[in-house]
Amino acid sequence: MTATLTKPPVDVPAEPSQPKRPRDVRGALNWVATHAIGLALGLMFATPVLFVFLTAVMSDDQAFTSDLWPREWHWENFVEVFDKAPLFQYLFNSLAYSLLATAGMLLSSIPAAYALAKLRWRGRNIAFLLVIGAMMLPPQVVAVPLYDTWSSLGLTGTLWPLIVPYFLFDAFSIFLLRQFMLTIPQSYVDAARVDGCSEFQALVRIIVPMARPGIAATALFCFLFTWNDYFGPLLYTGEVKEQWTLSLALATFKGMHIVQWNSAMAVTFLTMIPAIILFIFAQKSFVKGITFTGVKG
Amino acid sequence: MTATLGARPAPGRGRARARHRLAVLGFMAPALIGFVLFFGYPLVATVVFSFTKYDLINAPEFTGLDNYLFMFKDPLFTKAVQNTLWFVVVLTVARTVFALGVASVIARLKSGVGLIRTLCYLPSLAPPVAATLVFFMVMRPNGGPLATVLDWVGLQSPLWFSDPLWAKPGITAIMLWISGDLMIIILAAILDVPQEQYEAAELDGAGPIRRWWHVTLPTISPVLLFGIVNSVILALQLFTQAVVAGSAGSGSADSTGATKYLGYPDNSTLTFPVYLYTQGFRYFDMGYAAAMATVLFVISFAVTIVLVQRMRKNSAAEEGGPGA
Repeated sequence: MTATLTKPPVDVPAEPSQPKRPRDVRGALNWVATHAIGLALGLMFATPVLFVFLTAVMSDDQAFTSDLWPREWHWENFVEVFDKAPLFQYLFNSLAYSLLATAGMLLSSIPAAYALAKLRWRGRNIAFLLVIGAMMLPPQVVAVPLYDTWSSLGLTGTLWPLIVPYFLFDAFSIFLLRQFMLTIPQSYVDAARVDGCSEFQALVRIIVPMARPGIAATALFCFLFTWNDYFGPLLYTGEVKEQWTLSLALATFKGMHIVQWNSAMAVTFLTMIPAIILFIFAQKSFVKGITFTGVKG
Repeated sequence: MTATLGARPAPGRGRARARHRLAVLGFMAPALIGFVLFFGYPLVATVVFSFTKYDLINAPEFTGLDNYLFMFKDPLFTKAVQNTLWFVVVLTVARTVFALGVASVIARLKSGVGLIRTLCYLPSLAPPVAATLVFFMVMRPNGGPLATVLDWVGLQSPLWFSDPLWAKPGITAIMLWISGDLMIIILAAILDVPQEQYEAAELDGAGPIRRWWHVTLPTISPVLLFGIVNSVILALQLFTQAVVAGSAGSGSADSTGATKYLGYPDNSTLTFPVYLYTQGFRYFDMGYAAAMATVLFVISFAVTIVLVQRMRKNSAAEEGGPGA
């Protein structure tokens, strides 16, 4: 092959494609190399999940060994973990927290984002800076007085301290929704006003339908964030087992079943499923949303 | 269109303006109340609490600068600051370089981009608790998959989350595994680089590496800065992974009742937020926790200002949008 390549092209006029060969070969090698590296990277991200799954279906004894592949497939492990912990209760709590918080976020954040993106008013820039500031603030900074307040209201030990704030203010969602709404041309809103729409009607009839992909992405992020939240439930429900969410329970489950890697990994895998399913159905929204947080300043 | 609006007859304007104001107020009202209740008030209260001794049961007692002075004498506070600094430096560098590297490779792919991007992004959607346990299982020194693979090539696995020296690198590995969101942001920025710039560089005889260095990198530098600031904030807030890795490493049966696992092993995973949580919500020394929260706030605030400035520059560069 190399010999053919080094041959001067003038010698083989019968095959005009010959002079291009060296580039093609290098191009092909390049193609193979980049795709091999890309695939290796993809696998690097996927294999830990694969190991979790394989360990989850191993027998109790095998899960303790260094075997990577299950000798026999114990699918019932996924069912048996429900006997070892009240997972349905935790699942219910997680869903209550995530769904109520997401609903509340939509009610409070869509109007605020609209006012920040499409209405002109004095103090708008300052308000937006405050939103960014709140978004960047570590939750631990405000935890002490908030815990104090909820505690004096007698609501610690429940998930309400986590849900209620979403009905008023969620900085990240307001930020993300505003970014999406900025991409809708102002002329649509102006046209609606000329047609005699009130601001509320312009929001509900024009902006909300047009911003639907952005709203979907924001709702997904809000749902996932609350579903994955650990600090909040630990802070407010740490002492009250019946109120635990899946994430919080999972952290404890591993400790209680320290030697049973298969059970621990079965629960871990079950906890990851909602995120995976959501992502498969709404991949575009996720990617758009995550891109918007970083690129469209 | 704007011209027609401007030429509108004067009569209805005053009322329209009042309606407009009412609309703004109505739309912003929940957010305004929420901001005051959940950020404004607690922020002020945190600073006030930081000058007191308060255990949640007895009334706060004013103690001046005692909490702040105690920080200098508290070896665990020093340890927590050191640990968090470690993450701010190592995690920020590792996360940015790693995400940039992976995104640069994916950006060069001609096919299968979607699949590989999906594989890279998926772990960052997993609950952080689950992701930490995944790595705890994969990296467990006796019989774990990673130890098995290391054994094949004749290496011995470190003890990871049971060894003070390896616990922080272990957590960093988890954080890299779940850095898919940053990868997607960088990937989008790379794919947005105008093709003409590459063609111009190619005409000047620049190879792929020089093109990446002289065209890609400068063009996406605002996004990289975003990634760096974002990673610093992430490192400052590191909590879940540290707590879960500590509790799993210590084999603690009760990860909410016992305190021994916090910072395990040998306080190597005691980050600033973890220590704040320990003092405030395990020992109920709310005053001291509030003082630490105030320190954390000042640092986060400084980092946020950097981010806001870069966003302002960005939106100023974009043509005429209503921007920040």
